[in-house]
Amino acid sequence: MENQFFVDSEYLSPAALEKKHRLETDPSSRKNHMEYLPGMEIIESDVCRQVLSQMDSFDYSNYTARDVRAALDHETCSVEDFKALLSPAAEPFLEEMAQKARMETSKHFGNTVYLFTPLYIANYCENYCVYCGFNCYNHINRMKLNMEQIEHEMKVIADSGMEEILILTGESRAQSDVQYIGEACKLARKYFRMVGLEIYPVNTDEYQYLHECGADYVTVFQETYDADKYETLHLFGHKRVWPYRFDAQERALRGGMRGVAFSALLGLSDFRKDALASALHVYYLQRKYPHAEMSLSCPRLRPIINNDKINPLDVGEKQLCQILCAYRIFLPFVGITVSSRESAEFRNGIVKIAATKVSAGVSTGIGDHESKYTGKEDDAVKGDEQFEIDDNRSFETMYKDMSGEGLQPVLNDYVYV
Amino acid sequence: MLNNDKLVIGGHEFNSRFILGSGKYSMKLIEAAIKDAGAEIITLAVRRANTKEHENILDYIPEGVTLLPNTSGARNAEEAVRIARLARELGCGNFVKVEIMRDTKYLLPDNQEIIKATEILANEGFVVMPYMYPDLNAARDMVNAGAAAIMPLASPIGSNKGLATREFIQILIDEIDLPIIVDAGIGRPSQACEAMEMGAAAIMANTALATAGNLPLMASAFRQAIEAGRKAYLSGLGRVLTRGASASDPLTGFLRD
Repeated sequence: MENQFFVDSEYLSPAALEKKHRLETDPSSRKNHMEYLPGMEIIESDVCRQVLSQMDSFDYSNYTARDVRAALDHETCSVEDFKALLSPAAEPFLEEMAQKARMETSKHFGNTVYLFTPLYIANYCENYCVYCGFNCYNHINRMKLNMEQIEHEMKVIADSGMEEILILTGESRAQSDVQYIGEACKLARKYFRMVGLEIYPVNTDEYQYLHECGADYVTVFQETYDADKYETLHLFGHKRVWPYRFDAQERALRGGMRGVAFSALLGLSDFRKDALASALHVYYLQRKYPHAEMSLSCPRLRPIINNDKINPLDVGEKQLCQILCAYRIFLPFVGITVSSRESAEFRNGIVKIAATKVSAGVSTGIGDHESKYTGKEDDAVKGDEQFEIDDNRSFETMYKDMSGEGLQPVLNDYVYV
Repeated sequence: MLNNDKLVIGGHEFNSRFILGSGKYSMKLIEAAIKDAGAEIITLAVRRANTKEHENILDYIPEGVTLLPNTSGARNAEEAVRIARLARELGCGNFVKVEIMRDTKYLLPDNQEIIKATEILANEGFVVMPYMYPDLNAARDMVNAGAAAIMPLASPIGSNKGLATREFIQILIDEIDLPIIVDAGIGRPSQACEAMEMGAAAIMANTALATAGNLPLMASAFRQAIEAGRKAYLSGLGRVLTRGASASDPLTGFLRD
């Protein structure tokens, strides 16, 4: 499967190419992905063990229509019920699952849908993650916005009406250090009510600093909870350290963040096991930190620059819908975000069933909001995109479309206290 | 009798005993809901109202309706106090419903922190209506802290499960000399009616309306149920329904002096 990901750039030096090939073909050339690097904080936590023991013993072929029927009839969904809902046996029950999910969503969120937009401020990356457009061996236009440029982007986005922003960077501490990200958060607080972060995992004290700068929500995607598979996809860099990434949300909460978001990148490994682990990651952390707000995303693989062969593999829209319905029935109180990786049709449908948050006016490139929002071309250098998006709708169009679906778009549900 | 039957909260008089939530449905439906519910008080989350120009919930609430801002999102007394002050700055008036949750799964209120916030806000001149888990000791502390009404939950918020805490709400109604407003979990007009028959002063509902097929029609159904329950309470329920037995022949009829 991995071969679809390997692309050699003509711009790489022979030495770099050789190192790349060695990482790809010789496992012994890669660092131990379970070993922390210097400077990485280790916390005492049993959440990882709890999640992995459930995931490892999950044999979804054992579940039958009878288990699914029972799960749908139960008033509260147990972990066993959730496993049945994720199994292939639940596929014929998809419509019924959707009906139940819709009821749970409306009980907890009414007829509302939250809108937000991501802002990528830098795309430098020190990792070789084979499926990602930002990976250090992929030849793309690299860029890091300065504070003036960041503020300009924020103004353009804020003028469109958006009140919640998610700040993203590539994973490079050297190019985008914590202080740089903190300064961006301070700027964002001037223009937005809610500031979230999706950056490389950091230590508790750094999360605390970023919280003080104005960020209050941290998203970290585990990509896959199958550590052995993870090792074959994240070949180089600090991101390769699987357990440090797993504990990121817990460190963020200890650092004072109000909420945290989770996901696997569906399609990298066995998607049913990854979906189980993602939701259990939320479930066990919520029991430990009951005050924290939590949300799940559900990204599928998308094509990247220089590699259009990357696709969601065996995770079709039906499978994705099944996962999202199961998430909603198991965790009725969590937010579910569906990104612009998915089509407008899928997003219009899923917000009426399970999703509570969608992005709009999205660019995964660097410094291109003005040209994307206004059509105004300029000569400024722009950074390339992390992946291709599917749903290109602007904020205005999304607001109108969601209202048209009978939902109340919500731009802010938050006070920074 | 009904003409003089006012709901009095912090010295303010209301004819309607139906408090409407606003956070779970389309803003465009708010006016119709208020009209058909006959509501005079509508709650709103400060965190939702604290928005920029695009579409502000405050613009959809007709004049003359009393705003009841809530402190949802607060995790402790200090945060609730800050949110309440922000509500006042936003021009939402002096009423505040204090909500404090340390649990995002069930959204159960934290009575201890709510008592603290009630005291601070009452001292600052707010008309404080604490949302609470129905516990008599906590309710008494809230009265002493300066609450203007007590808002016990009927069942977990959004659950539409009705009066799961019936016995404990009855104790509050019997023992507390402030209006007891049943909040959270009321899913059907019949449940609202039952709470009013018990002597609740008012009902607050949101999800039950938001999830109805026809929101204004459901608002009107709640209005009628609440009025019916109130009339039943005021009329004195027939003896088969009152609490405790009432024998038809007096057991003490044999006593001669």
